[in-house]
Amino acid sequence: MTLEELQALAEKTRAAAAVAGRVVRVCQGTGCHSAGSDTVQQALARETKERGMGEAVTVMRVGCRGLCASGPIVSVSPDNLLYRSVEASDAPELAASLGGEPLERLRLPSDSPFFARQKKIALENLGQIDPESIEDYIAAGGYTALLTALASMAPAEIIQQVSVSGLRGRGGAGYPSGLKWGTVAKAAGAEKYVVCNGDEGDPGAFMDRSVMEGDPHRVLEGMTLAAYAVGAKHGFVYVRAEYPLAVSRLRKAIRQAEQYGLLGDKIGGSDFGFKVELRLGAGAFVCGEETALMASVEGQRGTPRPRPPFPAQAGLWGCPTLINNVETFANIAPIVRRGGEWYAAIGTPKSKGTKVFALSGRVVHTGLIEVPMGITLREIIFEIGGGIPDGKKFKAVQTGGPSGGCVPEKFLDMPLDYDSLVSIGSIMGSGGMIVMDETSCMVDVARYFMDFCTGESCGKCVPCRVGTAQMHRVLDDITRGTASEGDLARLEELCDMVRNTSLCGLGQSAPNPVITTLRYFRDEYEAHIRDKRCPAGRCRISQEAAA
Amino acid sequence: MSPAAPGVVTFVMDGKDVSARADQTVLAVAREHNVAIPTLCALEGLSTVGACRLCLVEIAGSPKLQPACVLKATEGLNVSTRSERLDKYRKMIVELLLSERNHVCSVCVSNGHCDLQSLAQSLGIDHVRFPYLYPSFAVDASHARFTLDHNRCVLCTRCVRVCDEVEGAHTWDVMGRGIRSQVITGLKQPWGESESCTTCGKCVQVCPTGALSEKGKSVAEMRKRRDFLPYLTQMREEHA
Repeated sequence: MTLEELQALAEKTRAAAAVAGRVVRVCQGTGCHSAGSDTVQQALARETKERGMGEAVTVMRVGCRGLCASGPIVSVSPDNLLYRSVEASDAPELAASLGGEPLERLRLPSDSPFFARQKKIALENLGQIDPESIEDYIAAGGYTALLTALASMAPAEIIQQVSVSGLRGRGGAGYPSGLKWGTVAKAAGAEKYVVCNGDEGDPGAFMDRSVMEGDPHRVLEGMTLAAYAVGAKHGFVYVRAEYPLAVSRLRKAIRQAEQYGLLGDKIGGSDFGFKVELRLGAGAFVCGEETALMASVEGQRGTPRPRPPFPAQAGLWGCPTLINNVETFANIAPIVRRGGEWYAAIGTPKSKGTKVFALSGRVVHTGLIEVPMGITLREIIFEIGGGIPDGKKFKAVQTGGPSGGCVPEKFLDMPLDYDSLVSIGSIMGSGGMIVMDETSCMVDVARYFMDFCTGESCGKCVPCRVGTAQMHRVLDDITRGTASEGDLARLEELCDMVRNTSLCGLGQSAPNPVITTLRYFRDEYEAHIRDKRCPAGRCRISQEAAA
Repeated sequence: MSPAAPGVVTFVMDGKDVSARADQTVLAVAREHNVAIPTLCALEGLSTVGACRLCLVEIAGSPKLQPACVLKATEGLNVSTRSERLDKYRKMIVELLLSERNHVCSVCVSNGHCDLQSLAQSLGIDHVRFPYLYPSFAVDASHARFTLDHNRCVLCTRCVRVCDEVEGAHTWDVMGRGIRSQVITGLKQPWGESESCTTCGKCVQVCPTGALSEKGKSVAEMRKRRDFLPYLTQMREEHA
């Protein structure tokens, strides 16, 4: 398919949609789906059909709208109506209201801060298009960037735009994407690979999952642009097998793109060809680490290896390999379409663009959000997130999952970017954000994350394998009230050692939740150890220990 | 100073200038100069994995420590193989290993001939500050000639590598994760039932501890013979 054919198809699909009348979009994101949105969609389709609205109303599934706490979410356009917590039993009433007075009982104000404060780039199609329809994606401007680039941009120009955009890796470490792409492009090698890391594994994180499930073509388009830019012919999407819907959507999307000539040989009539395959992870957190991921793609045991050599020099089967995560690739098409300058105008001096976060824990509006870099945590938690429920008091917010840290109240007004978070001991991470109120015990939180790391350590290097187990043991003792002051000193020693000597990022960052809670909530540790008391009242200190 | 010839580099190790071939590791150069860097997973003749982290060295201008067994000698590199910090970390790593499984030297076939024991002695470890984890691990004595005692295993994967890279059998591998990892034969069959094992015994000889031993050896009788490895390596290089 050429650019002209693509534009004609987009035009045709848009024209068909324009005369279709009302569109009822039912969110089928993870949260809404588990709240029963598929039965809601069926009920709405049945009701509208029975009312003879078949021609005038289209009921369709869409990807995650973000406000998971109020799911299932249903939207009606062109009326710009949003409904929350819709159940199948609401379908007759909702169907009857179409074209008439809105159903106030379930209505969600479209101008609520949850939506108004966000800026959507990576998620712009989520909640708008049918994830299983390539025509929908094309009608929304999809694949225009790819075919335009193939027709009129040199690979170096694409890398130039990505560099100018200031985009940094959204997987967590924030490595400048343009620099990474440039390195792979310059690396010598006849065979090169592009890999998309969809092995999202932080507890409570579902950013990449939502993108893969809600807009799979966006990921493929980003990967194909990357392949053209660095000179790769083959790509892999590494998805964890626990995301079956993402797997089936991606598989379908690859097939559709191949049928339209947007993947495979001679893409868009050019000489450039690119093939994408899926690889399923078997549930190991460490496989999100790039060298472990590559070992797993190669069919080996998923354990990391020392870097250098970096994947850009020697990656898959020893060939130069570009690895980015799902969200990074989701930002590529808009950057190429609108130019790097446009993207660079958003965000802070060193962190450009937007970031997707999975807001969870003790916050009113849990869900998926995309916000400009430089926003404050206070805005995220109290404006977008609607604050802490049940009149409780905010205590800390955990960013970056098991590799991140707990941020106390005094940093809530700090503009959020990669570097500011590192400066206070946490990391941006892939975008998990867990809000905690006064009922959370910070020692218990540290213990929880260490339990996670102990279980997910691959066992290859000694500091991570045994060090995390020993740290977990100390934290467990503290929460039981059986630890001594000496244990605390030993814990700090272990944090330093595991951080500095572990082989990969998993071990190197595993102490972060402990280090930050020790830095900002040391009094809670001391209360458990000295007074045999849990200030939050969460830990069960044994009577024996307290005596 | 004239530029170094192609393929040869000079760098600084512990404040002294040393020369090296560009394909040499810092560990190999250190050994040439009788600079002692503790190692456990590394063994000449086997691929390097950088897993035990004992050979970590400091690099001037870099916050990250790098394993000397993997780190290539490069022009202008400035490494320190000893420091108070490195000594502390190395000690802690060996202490962690001793706490991980059930290392009881006094009843071990390798007592007196054990790499882990020697490491502990050379690093001045007279007690372990971390609580012993006392895991429950089995002994596999199903093989006619050898015994596998998981209680003594440090997961260095020397057995896995020698079996795969030198013997070519790949009988050994690792299963599980974290502290529940263990070396296995075949698809976790008893060793004696493994169809791929050639009974060559290379795994036993490269094992740093008493985890792999010959049957019939009593306490302190198991001396490992590793001469075959440098010999085979040299032969392979010469006839490559």
